[in-house]
Amino acid sequence: MLTCKDFLGWLNEFLDGTAGDEIRRELESHVNACPNCWVIFDTTKKTIQVYKGMDPHPLPSEIESRLLAALEKKFGGAS
Amino acid sequence: MQPILNASVNGEAALVSRARTGDNAAFSELVKRYQRKIYRLASHITQNQEDAEDVLQDTFLKAFTHLRDFEGNSRFYTWLVRIAVNESLMKLRKRRSDKLVPLDEPVDTGEEQIVREIAVWEGTPEQRYSQEELRQILDGAIDELAPIYRAVFLLRDVEDLSTEETAQTLSLSVPAVKSRLLRARLQLREKLTRLFKRKGDDLFAYL
Repeated sequence: MLTCKDFLGWLNEFLDGTAGDEIRRELESHVNACPNCWVIFDTTKKTIQVYKGMDPHPLPSEIESRLLAALEKKFGGAS
Repeated sequence: MQPILNASVNGEAALVSRARTGDNAAFSELVKRYQRKIYRLASHITQNQEDAEDVLQDTFLKAFTHLRDFEGNSRFYTWLVRIAVNESLMKLRKRRSDKLVPLDEPVDTGEEQIVREIAVWEGTPEQRYSQEELRQILDGAIDELAPIYRAVFLLRDVEDLSTEETAQTLSLSVPAVKSRLLRARLQLREKLTRLFKRKGDDLFAYL
């Protein structure tokens, strides 16, 4: 039987789907029987998802202009 | 006109091969596509606006100069991320005299994983906050992480690099990447749960 501490140790592999079949089945039965581990699993999964779904800020326009100017200069020098 | 839209990696490979033949418009398109993400990454690692802007420029200028060396073994974007991380780390090293913790400092393994907040979230954060508010919350939480956790989380979960690519980019072992990623994820989970939890659920957490 897996303890909650074991479960936590395998959390990455469980979340990323990289745990082997046997351990994955044990992790699944633990998480379905243990409300606390289920919440930790669920909220960690949501944490990763919310970060993956986050669009970055638009670049401040002056930073974008300076980047474009630096590129133009490079293009000019390279051709 | 060559078609730019491509279902696979949104035509990244096509743009890269055009850029390699000297098509500057194709290279500019790649810059436009990734500049925001590269700037965000550099800002998080350097924690300094000026440095982040330097890294942004240097990353694309270097990529342009070395485009012929890009072998296509990884995605072009992964290659860009690696340049940006190297540039960012160089900036950090220059400022090393101050209190910044270097990324290669060994992890203190004496400390247990932090799990204190055990509560389900109220709806989804996207429903509860505007995009701008949510961005600030998420960026702020990343910036509160120790640098050694922050970089690993950014590369693995924000920039989608593999564990091996992350290890290579940060000169870490694969087990070190894995253990830091777990801590980073749990620490962020902890921070976000404090904000997003359903009120009243704490009562049950300690039963």
